Formats: sequence, C-alpha cells, structure tokens
Amino acid sequence: MKKSVFLGALTAAGLAAGAAAAGTLDDVKARGKLNCGVTTGVVGFGAPDANGEWQGFDVGVCRAVAAAVLGDASAVEFVPTTGKTRFTALASGEIDMLARNTTWTFSRDVDLKFTFVGVNYYDGQGFMVPKELGVSSATELDGATVCIQTGTTTELNLADYFRSNNISYEPVPIETNAEAQQQYLAGACDVYTTDASGLAATRSAFEDPTAHVLLPEIISKEPLGPLVRHGDNEWGDVVRWTLNALIAAEEVGINSANIGDLSAAPGNNPEINRILGTEGNLGEMLGLSADWAKNAIMAGGNYGELFEKNIGENTPVGLARGLNAQWTNGGLLYSPPFR
Amino acid sequence: MTTLTDPPKESFRLSMLIYDTRYRSTTFQVLALIAFLILIGWLISNTAQNLAELGKEPSFRFLGEPAGYDINQRLIDYDSQSPHLRAAFVGLLNTLLVAVMGCALATVLGVTIGVLRLSKNWVVAKIMTVYVEMFRNVPVLLWIVLVMAIMIETLPSPSAFRGADPEATLKVFDTVALTNRGVYVPEPLFSRSLGDLHLFGNSALNFNISLDLALLVAVLVAGLFVSGRIKHRADRIQEATGERPTTWYLRLGVVVIPVVIVLIALGFHLGYPELKGFNFAGGTHMRNSLIALWLALSLYTAAFIAEIVRAGIMAISHGQTEAAAALGLRPKRIMNLVVLPQALRVIIPPLISQYLNLTKNSSLAIAVGYMDITGTLMGITLNQTGRELETVMLGMLIYLIISLSISLVMNWYNERVKMVER
Repeated sequence: MKKSVFLGALTAAGLAAGAAAAGTLDDVKARGKLNCGVTTGVVGFGAPDANGEWQGFDVGVCRAVAAAVLGDASAVEFVPTTGKTRFTALASGEIDMLARNTTWTFSRDVDLKFTFVGVNYYDGQGFMVPKELGVSSATELDGATVCIQTGTTTELNLADYFRSNNISYEPVPIETNAEAQQQYLAGACDVYTTDASGLAATRSAFEDPTAHVLLPEIISKEPLGPLVRHGDNEWGDVVRWTLNALIAAEEVGINSANIGDLSAAPGNNPEINRILGTEGNLGEMLGLSADWAKNAIMAGGNYGELFEKNIGENTPVGLARGLNAQWTNGGLLYSPPFR
Repeated sequence: MTTLTDPPKESFRLSMLIYDTRYRSTTFQVLALIAFLILIGWLISNTAQNLAELGKEPSFRFLGEPAGYDINQRLIDYDSQSPHLRAAFVGLLNTLLVAVMGCALATVLGVTIGVLRLSKNWVVAKIMTVYVEMFRNVPVLLWIVLVMAIMIETLPSPSAFRGADPEATLKVFDTVALTNRGVYVPEPLFSRSLGDLHLFGNSALNFNISLDLALLVAVLVAGLFVSGRIKHRADRIQEATGERPTTWYLRLGVVVIPVVIVLIALGFHLGYPELKGFNFAGGTHMRNSLIALWLALSLYTAAFIAEIVRAGIMAISHGQTEAAAALGLRPKRIMNLVVLPQALRVIIPPLISQYLNLTKNSSLAIAVGYMDITGTLMGITLNQTGRELETVMLGMLIYLIISLSISLVMNWYNERVKMVER
C-alpha cells in the first residue's frame, strides 16, 4: 500500500507539475514551437501524408495557431493521441492545445477542467455497415457486433441509443481508428460507429468504398472543436480568436489568393482591416504581432479553403458543408465580430 | 570466572555521532529516513496543492454514478445504468478469469515442456529449446497482438456460415463454431435447475452463485475425499500384508457415479450455438479477445515455467535417480516418486513470481479490447470521469491485493512441500 501511494503520488505530482505552470503563450514563444495534440490518423482530419508531413482539417487549426503566435506555420510538434490519452496529455501540459475531433460536452468542460474555444466541425454519430448486410436503418441492428473507439462520447451515445430502442448489441472496444478499420474489414464486427465525418474519412481509405454504406440515423450532437486547459485565459483567447479569424475570413471574403493585396494597405472594409491588422491594435491586445491573423489565414487558407482542401466534396472524404456552412449560407458557423 | 573492569565513563559529545563507529551507522540511517520522509511529504503536498489549484480534489463519489457504457464480457449482471463501481467489479472478475485460466494452462504447458526439454530424444529436446527461446525473448504484448491478428484474419466471420451452401461449417459434430469473433462452444444447461443464490443484496457488488454448480462441486469434492480414504486404506493393507487390493474401480466409482446421478437429477443437457441474425446465439461465447490474451499469456509464461521446472529437476543429484533405479523403480516411478517431489522445493518459489507476472501482464488486455480492470476502471471510467489519480490508485491497490493473495496461497503451499529438516 505504501509503495502504491508513493508511486501514485509521484504520477500525480508529475501530472500536476506541468499543469501548474501558467502562461502557455509565453512558454510557446520561448520554445519556438507549438505542441499540438492530434489524432493518431484519420484521413482528412489529421494524418501524416506520404512524406511524413501532417495534413488535415484539424492539423490546419494547429498550423494556423502556430502561424499566429510564432509567424511560422511549420513550427508545430504534432503529438498523436488516442481517445484515451488525449485528456491526460493536455491536462499534464504535454501539449499546449488539442485539435483532435473532440466533442464539446458539459462534463469535459466543467468537470475535466478544459476550455473548448469553439467548434470547427458540427458533427453527429453515425453507423457504417457493409452493403451486403442489407441493413437500411440502425433500428435493424439487433444483436449486431459493433466496433467502437474506447474512451469517447460515442461509447456512451451507443449505450443510450440501443437501450432507448430496446435492442441488444455486442460492443467491441478498440483503441485507434486503424485497428477499428482492420477489425471491421475482416468482419470481426458488423458495424463501425463513430462521428459521421470520421466514418466518411475512414471509408474513403477503403479499397472499395462503395461496398459500405452510412446509415441515415445520426444519434447524437457532436460539436468538435479545439480545446485548451482551464485557467489560462490568455492562451485560450489566442486559440479561440485564431479559429474565429479563419471563420470570419471566409465570411468577409479573405482567402489565400487576395490576402496579399488586402493586407498591403487598409481597404474600405473596416472589419477586414481590423482582422488583418492594418487598422486598430487587436494583435497587441492578444499579446501577438499585428499581422497574427494574416499569418494564420496564410498558413492554410480560410475556413472554407481548409474544408475544401481536406474533407470537401472534391476530396476522397467527400463531406458536404451542411451544418458547417457560414450562417449567411444557412449553416451554423458564426464568428463573433472583430472589433 | 573473570571480573571485568568497567570501561572508563566518558561523556557524550555531539561529534561522536559521526566519528564514533558505534553511532555512525545509526546516524546515517536516521538521516536517510528523514530525507525519505521529506521526499514523500513533498510529493503528497505538491500533489494535493496542484490538484486543489486545478479544482480537482480527490473524491471517490464517481464510483456511485451510472457508468453509461456497456461491457461485452460480463460474468455478472451489468448494464450501462450500473454504477462505475460495478463496472470495476465486472472488470476485476474478467482479470481474475484470465489470470486463473492463464496460470492453469501455463503450468500444464510449462511442466510438460520443461520435462521434454530434458528428453533423451534429441529432436524433441531441441524443438522445446527453440520454443522456450522464441517465447522468452519476444515481448508478451507482441504475442498477444499476433494471436489476435491471426484469429481475426484467418477465421471466418459469422456471415460465412450463412446460406444454403455456406463457406464455413461448425466443427466437432456441428457443435463448435470457430469465428473471428470468438469460439462458440456448447453450454451446460439444467432443465430442473435449483436456481441461484443471491449474495450481497442490492449493493453494487452483488452477484449470483448457481446452486447447480455449487452442488456439483460439493459432490465432486466429497467423491474425491472418499476416494482419498480408499487409497489410504489400500496403503495400510499394503504395508501390513504386502498385497495391495485392487481399488481403481472403487475409487473411480465414488467420484463418477454421484456426479452422474446429480447431473441426471438436474436435467443436464447441452445448448448448442446457432446462427441467429448477425451472430451465433446459444452456447458459450469465448470472445477472441479472451482467447488471444489467454493463449498468449499462457504460451509466454509457459516458456519461463519450463526453464524453472528444468532447473528444478536438474538440481536433484543424479545419484538419487541411480539409487532409485538400483531399488528397481521404473523411470516413470522415479520421476513421480523421487525426483519431482524434491524438485518441487526448488520450483515453487520462482513459480510464484511467474504466476504474479502472468496476472500483472494481463493488464495488457486493452491491446485486444479485453475488458479487464485496467480496461474498465483505469480505462473507460478514468476517461469518462477524468479521475486519473483516484482510478489509478484504486487499480494499483486492487492489483496489489490480488498479487499478495496469490503469494499468500503459494507460500502456504511452499511450506507444505518444502523439505522437513531433521
């Protein structure tokens, strides 16, 4: 007992020591590198490409933050995390922020002591089954074996959904998306369930994506977004407004093609001027340079460009904008004003 | 008798604590103890302070809240509305299940391989050497993942059993289904069941004991006891008269006949697996995660046990074997009556630590999604509640208790087999 208390205390002390250090923004600047937690590999959202370079929609947020803070979009140390390890990594200070399709929930925000700075993808949990099973609705899945990533909200939604529909299932808990893919393709489970965007991304990597269908039921709300630790509001603001800058840039029409011209001199749209730092001192308020938002947008383009490049309809993942369109186009994306 | 002169009385000076050899070691021990206690105190206060700053004071109240997740392998009743404590209990039972199954198989395999490694047959001995070296020198996690991968990739999925002309069929007279989701074997059923004994009421730790099973075990134990008495009597007669009465049919009878009678009385029959919907229904489902973990842990630990057994046998002087042979004992009797009982003295203590290793290694279960105590309490519960410190400490405490219990039982057994010094 004595030994276990000692070791436990040691672990906890290690965990807490990192968390106690305040001033993440200063730490990142001093380090010259942003430690960003990402997924272990979901095509389109965050995965290394053939050259070992991390690419993807969530990765784009990491790069934008690095560009805003350090002026260099490549100054990111990507730390792959699983559904289980991500929160410990963030709480312990191993990573400065987490951009890994993580659902914003009450208990994670309040009880786990994290600050979700916004939503970069409005998602919902879906089911994928092989076409040959002939299943057209999730309510027909009585008795099915379901592969599920452990340590996620999807695990709880799944239990709730099957319980409320009074049907049984056999859960097969799995650590990473890659293992789930292997088991699902080998037929060790009938169904794979996770966020619908993740399913589309996973399916796009299959040899024959057309042999698998996504069922129409979306059984939960999954607002996915980047998060930071509680208690460091300056750093939270930096990440929050970097994300907002990407969203607002699309709304007001700043993209990687015209950003050079727009930032050269103040134009006649004051909002664009304030975002790009040609007017006002928003960057200074954040503790960053005046061109922070310009750097963030130049890192990978505005929100819409990031979306189209990584997960849009012309990519293998092939997701429609849907809920993730600008509010002006009937979607939910709505950045508070830059003022 | 000589009279000792009292040593001259000297006054105690502080410097003597270091320069006087009588006090020096005590001084250093006290200093080391103080330093150690300060370190522990610092760690504890640091932890408490940092957790308080984070607003996460240690609390075990989460154990009473509904877990919210499902577990596939449950030895007791459990659903997603059960509290976290019950989920941990389900995990604990799964840990114990794989540990007991693993220790049993590892012992059988290990003893066999250890004896065979000493075989005079060159080929057999070399094959066993290759086995031992192969398993001992590769991390057990890789074996677990490998066995799992083999099961998933080579066995057919349940859908292959479907249709008029299925690709796969049931094995062993249509009673066993080998699938990549696990093995379905016939389950014992009782048509005139005695029901269950419900223990611990409505608490989170309640569980049922099947009275049928309890009765069977009781009858079996009683039969074995009577059989032991018969053997005892035969020994006595042999010592008195030199003639050993034939008792094997008696001894077999008192064990088998009552068990068969009880089975018939309870209406024993087998339930066979049957393809229903997505999966097989009926029969006992041994999930591939359980089988992969069980086989890998057993095969790995068996390699170590084989070496322990070999060492134990080789520790018995060859003179013993020759002396026994000179008395006219056959080789098999020499092994059973002379060598192994003495070898056990050498074998048992390291065997304890192998059992402990196997139990602790079972915490690698999460690699194949086996829901043991690490997977439930220190996995999903930790993740859903964010109580890292509490769950990990609780988990360590549980492993400590399991390990100490194994040590206790094995040390008691060791006391019994160890040589009585005269």
